[in-house]
Amino acid sequence: MNARLLPALAVLIWSLPALAVLPGEMLSDPALEARAREISQDLRCLVCQNQSIDDSNAPLARDLRLLVRERLKAGDSDQAVVDYVSARYGDFARLKPPFQPNTWLLWLGPLAVALAGAATVAWRLRRRTGAAAPAPPPLSAEESARLARLLDGQE
Amino acid sequence: MTPRKLLYLLPLLAFGALTAWFAAGLGRDPHLLPSALIDKPVPQFELPPLPGYAHGLNTADLASGEPQLLNVFASWCLPCRAEQPVLLRLAREQGVAMRGLDYRDRPEDAVAWLATAGNPFRSIGADTENRVAIDFGVYGAPESFIIDGQGRIRYKHVGPLTPEDVRQTILPLLASLKGR
Repeated sequence: MNARLLPALAVLIWSLPALAVLPGEMLSDPALEARAREISQDLRCLVCQNQSIDDSNAPLARDLRLLVRERLKAGDSDQAVVDYVSARYGDFARLKPPFQPNTWLLWLGPLAVALAGAATVAWRLRRRTGAAAPAPPPLSAEESARLARLLDGQE
Repeated sequence: MTPRKLLYLLPLLAFGALTAWFAAGLGRDPHLLPSALIDKPVPQFELPPLPGYAHGLNTADLASGEPQLLNVFASWCLPCRAEQPVLLRLAREQGVAMRGLDYRDRPEDAVAWLATAGNPFRSIGADTENRVAIDFGVYGAPESFIIDGQGRIRYKHVGPLTPEDVRQTILPLLASLKGR
């Protein structure tokens, strides 16, 4: 590979993770910053709605990114930060909804549909094999005699 | 048709019901979200006044014993301009106690705007760092909160208030809160 192309390619690759987070917003502690990024990716930008605050350039998303970092610096756990935001903006602010009574249908619905489908298929298959193979009629005397000869190797 | 054959129509019916549900959802405004703070006390805060104004805004101002309307506004916000005459009438003709939260704004711009548009507010807090707005769960301007005499948030309206909103929702709610 061309030696001049290599650095250019490296720059391209390294530029991929850069999203809406501006250098000035980042925390100097890399471990804390990594936690902030992870939390931000699970918080909804309330203005643009289908982007995380980590992705979004909206001013409110920026304020929330700064808030997340401020809470982390103050010593909050990841869960405490998410709770802080959802106490103000509701569960809608969480891109991954919590598992609670009003989201049971959301989380368990697909599983219930899959189970119902599997049960229906199993039930139908069992019925069909039952109907397709009725018990054979008993062998006649002639057939029994022939079977006995076959087994003895006489035929 | 035998009952067994009717059973085969079940998926079609289920599909129809889902389609109707989703179609109804398409017509709803996704920005009209319920506030997580209904019936909760207003957050603890203390905001400075705009330059040249005597009073800012704090938590105690919003628990003064009478129901109040807290309006989130900004000088750059066009819907706020449309809403301002409605707010002015509410304050002057109905005597509604109103407080303002100047959101994501330059205080001097807000002062200039209020000088021309009129000021319906008893006092205004300058939220230059947007932090109090986040504590109120504000998405953008304008938003209006109805706060009861004990300082609890009872209602939130997203977007500009129209005369119909005032007649149908805001005034009846304020009257019922006052009666208590």
